Amino acid sequence: MSTNAITTQKVNFKVFRFNADKDYLPYYEDYSMDVTSEEVVLDILNRIKWDHDGSFSYRRSCRHGICGTCAIKVNGRSTLACKESMTEMIKVFGNELTIEPLSKKRAVKDMIIDKADFWEKHEQVTPFLDAEIDETPTSENLVTPAEANALDEADLCIQCGACHYACPVVELSDDFMGPAAFAAAYRFEADVRDGNESRLTDVNQMGSGVWDCVKCFECAEACPKEINPIEKIGKLHNMLFQSGQADSNVATRHAVGFEKSIKRVGVLDEGGLVLYSELAGIVKHMPVAIKMFSKGKIVPPWGITKSDNLDEIQKLVKSSSTAKF
Amino acid sequence: MGKLKYALFTGCTAKQSTPEQMMSTMAVADKLGIELVELTEASCCGASHLQDYDDFLSLVLNARNIAYAEKHGLTMVTICNTCQLNTAMTKHRLDNNADLKARVNEKLEEVGLVYAGTSKITHFLYAIIDDFGLDKIKEMVVTPLSQFNIAPFYGCHNIRPSELQNETHDTPENPYNPTSLDDLIIACGGNTVDYDEKNKCCGFHAELQAPKVAAALTGNAIAGAMDGNADWMVTPCPLCHLKLDTQTHHASVAIGREVSLPVLHMQQMIGLALGCPPETLGMKHHVTKVDFV
Ligand code: SF4
Ligand code: SF4
Ligand code: SF4
Ligand code: FES
Repeated sequence: MSTNAITTQKVNFKVFRFNADKDYLPYYEDYSMDVTSEEVVLDILNRIKWDHDGSFSYRRSCRHGICGTCAIKVNGRSTLACKESMTEMIKVFGNELTIEPLSKKRAVKDMIIDKADFWEKHEQVTPFLDAEIDETPTSENLVTPAEANALDEADLCIQCGACHYACPVVELSDDFMGPAAFAAAYRFEADVRDGNESRLTDVNQMGSGVWDCVKCFECAEACPKEINPIEKIGKLHNMLFQSGQADSNVATRHAVGFEKSIKRVGVLDEGGLVLYSELAGIVKHMPVAIKMFSKGKIVPPWGITKSDNLDEIQKLVKSSSTAKF
Repeated sequence: MGKLKYALFTGCTAKQSTPEQMMSTMAVADKLGIELVELTEASCCGASHLQDYDDFLSLVLNARNIAYAEKHGLTMVTICNTCQLNTAMTKHRLDNNADLKARVNEKLEEVGLVYAGTSKITHFLYAIIDDFGLDKIKEMVVTPLSQFNIAPFYGCHNIRPSELQNETHDTPENPYNPTSLDDLIIACGGNTVDYDEKNKCCGFHAELQAPKVAAALTGNAIAGAMDGNADWMVTPCPLCHLKLDTQTHHASVAIGREVSLPVLHMQQMIGLALGCPPETLGMKHHVTKVDFV
């Protein structure tokens, strides 16, 4: 890109404005600016403040994608303002851009939000190395490259909150810990030096636990550090099963139910899975199930077409299983 | 262009709760002259849940499914977003980790199979766009859907994580502003509805453990489409379809507003535009009545 000439184009910005001290409702201010191809989103925030309205407020500190304070939303997309290029934003969204804080309902002043929920949830996962340290060690405490790799870059998190406020479950449920807190829990659970005994149980039982993720991958898409929080959530699920801490609930039975069905018929027996997952809770699904049945949408257990070469599948389930429930 | 031929991984839903999707897939493939060889040996892909319990087993089973497509020497076509994600994710992980691939192949050897990594894996939507071409669809339209406002609902697992998704098809898709389904609607002569929820989640995967959240997501999606003046919605994912079509009552309760719209599978929409008889498209299998055909 460095050989490309710098280009300029006109962009219309709709910018979220709100001052909790005096405004009853937020409003949007329009700014039209010439944007050059080498600018980042933070340059635009600066120019609004310097050239248009000195009261415009936002957080930033390092300008290098390290402090994690500058995350905002552009056209609904969580983004780290100091890292995101304007060229990319224009490429994706065109020349009409809406600039908003990470969470409109948590806005305090313009782009600045009250991030308390993020930090409270973060704190609940014991986000630090919990270890008995010998104060006068006689040898170095070595961590092998393989052990370090097990963190899978979860240690690169800058707590910017981009994933947290992109998560639809966080938006709808105060109980859900959110992708960043789970990624932090994984970061320390995966660390060989950590000796904390309760973190995993906490993660499983606090709030709505680790199972309510809808698997939308919004967090993976939003993270400027490519931490892939949902992948870490999956690993926490695996850890819970491996350590025998996964208690029997509708979510764990739902995951295990797939193996049971595959072992039996190769494919998924949809009705059987819901029954196995819900147990007596199945009754609440009856009204919808009756409607579905009347439309030919429910295949009874004896009507399911089994996979061909089912013996192969059964053999593989036996030989490749690594988990127990 | 020679005749297009793919190995079809139907997934479990098309064979059970969305029979209309299976019917319309076959009807449309027939109309387009695409040959689909059904992988009848395939197992369930684990639907992104088995891997939470047993990641390695999930890899082995998915690799087995892909191995059958490879045996045919064909690209694998999926008709469910979640099948696409799980299968493509397996391929990505095995192709980028020789050690993992060897461990998986050690298991597959026990049943006389091998995963080589030679087959592409793509969703039917992208097979149509990349290989068949929307221009050709446009030429074949006999009943343009011009009187309809159609709201595209993309489904997470076709657009995110974008890095993986964009490895599997040629036409780039941006998860924040996806265009493939809009383009398909336009090719069928319809008017696309732009609304905030078109690239959001329907909540399907947490329906059992987090029913309120899941229902609210479904409700928001249908409400967004209704506010955008949609006559109906269309989706490439049978799981999204189940949620949007059968869960309108819970969705309405969750968001405190009566919401409901007919929801078509992408294949049904193409079928209508190409003049497939409606009975071959399974419209009677919908819970929310398709009242316009
Ligand atoms: S994948 Fe899970 S944690 Fe990540 S944003 Fe979606 S619901 Fe939230
Ligand atoms: S995981 Fe990524 S997006 Fe989430 S807080 Fe950490 S750096 Fe930000
Ligand atoms: S939109 Fe919902 S059902 Fe469709 S793939 Fe995403 S999570 Fe699954
Ligand atoms: S200003 Fe520090 S991360 Fe952007």
